[in-house]
Amino acid sequence: MSASIISIFIVAIFIENFVLNQILGLCPFIGVSNKIDSAVGMGLAVTFVMVMAGVATWSIQAFLLVPLQLEYLQTISFILVIASLVQFVEMVIRKTAPALYQSLGVFLPLITTNCAVLGVALLNIKKNYGLVESAVNSFGGGLGFFFALIIMAGIRERLDVSEIPEAMRGAPIAFVTAGLLATAFMGFSGLV
Amino acid sequence: MNRLTELTKGIWKENPIFVISLGICPTLAVTSSMTNALGMGIAATFVLMGSNLFISLIRNLVPGKIRIPVYIMIIATFVTMIDKMIAAFSPALSASLGIFIPLIVVNCIILGRAEAYASKNGPVDSLLDAIGMGIGFTIALSCLAFFRELLGEGKLYGFPIPFFKADPALIMIMAPGGFVVFGLLIALKRFMEAKGATK
Repeated sequence: MSASIISIFIVAIFIENFVLNQILGLCPFIGVSNKIDSAVGMGLAVTFVMVMAGVATWSIQAFLLVPLQLEYLQTISFILVIASLVQFVEMVIRKTAPALYQSLGVFLPLITTNCAVLGVALLNIKKNYGLVESAVNSFGGGLGFFFALIIMAGIRERLDVSEIPEAMRGAPIAFVTAGLLATAFMGFSGLV
Repeated sequence: MNRLTELTKGIWKENPIFVISLGICPTLAVTSSMTNALGMGIAATFVLMGSNLFISLIRNLVPGKIRIPVYIMIIATFVTMIDKMIAAFSPALSASLGIFIPLIVVNCIILGRAEAYASKNGPVDSLLDAIGMGIGFTIALSCLAFFRELLGEGKLYGFPIPFFKADPALIMIMAPGGFVVFGLLIALKRFMEAKGATK
């Protein structure tokens, strides 16, 4: 049991990395990876919301939708839960840690439309994970997103001062870089 | 504004993928084959038409403060409909698109058009806008899928292409291929536009 939990965790971070392998959550990945500071903030916020959303949506699926045979409401109920969760997290952070709220402010509401969050919720159900496995998978997925975002931000800070052909500047070079990064991450696939 | 331009602007001038850069996740994830790209394009177009039409019909009834949750609910309803329809009529496509059909809910194109267009314009214009944007999205997906399936599998729509069949580069249909091809395609479009501007 514990071995499979660890392997789920490792797989979620490195092998099935949400950004680089499953291609989820690209909007913040490209949009917020300009500076390392904001990348760290965004990565932490997304990880937190992903774990909360993973647990909350799993509970809704197991205790509400399946017993009442309302599985077809999955998409609608999950997006509602995630939207309210993000709102709730935003309120809690504003109340308890105003400094953190200041630095995250802009990114927090955007997490609702981050497809990694809804993606992890749907994948947990699809793979028939239990509650603990879902939480671990969500946490690993969030950390994977965090790492990918920070590595990317580090590279892009260097790219800013490099000489790049006019047409490749900005988004195009970021995508090509992400492609190379994804190739490197494929090397992890033999790990588990 | 001219009705025809409502329809055609989404295809090239305001192409949702290449120009406005919205909805990138499904774009890269499902373009490993032409069939998937077409399926995704049609599904997204359906949702876009449904949500644009519906939102433009009720645009004056929804209070401004809660409009985004209302829009998301409407979009999620249409996504659920197309999800179940694809699962019923084409189980193979449903399996290969996987979670990316429910993920149309968080595709920024749909909410983006609802907020930027359907909430301000009449039903007919909104429907035309949806069709144009949907076609533009499908074309962009097919563009990427064309290179990826051709180079990665040596096939198009599952049919082998003689010259490319010999030794396909598998990496093109995996995640890295998607990133690189997409980056190069945006660069190419910019390069063409820059060339056009200097002439």
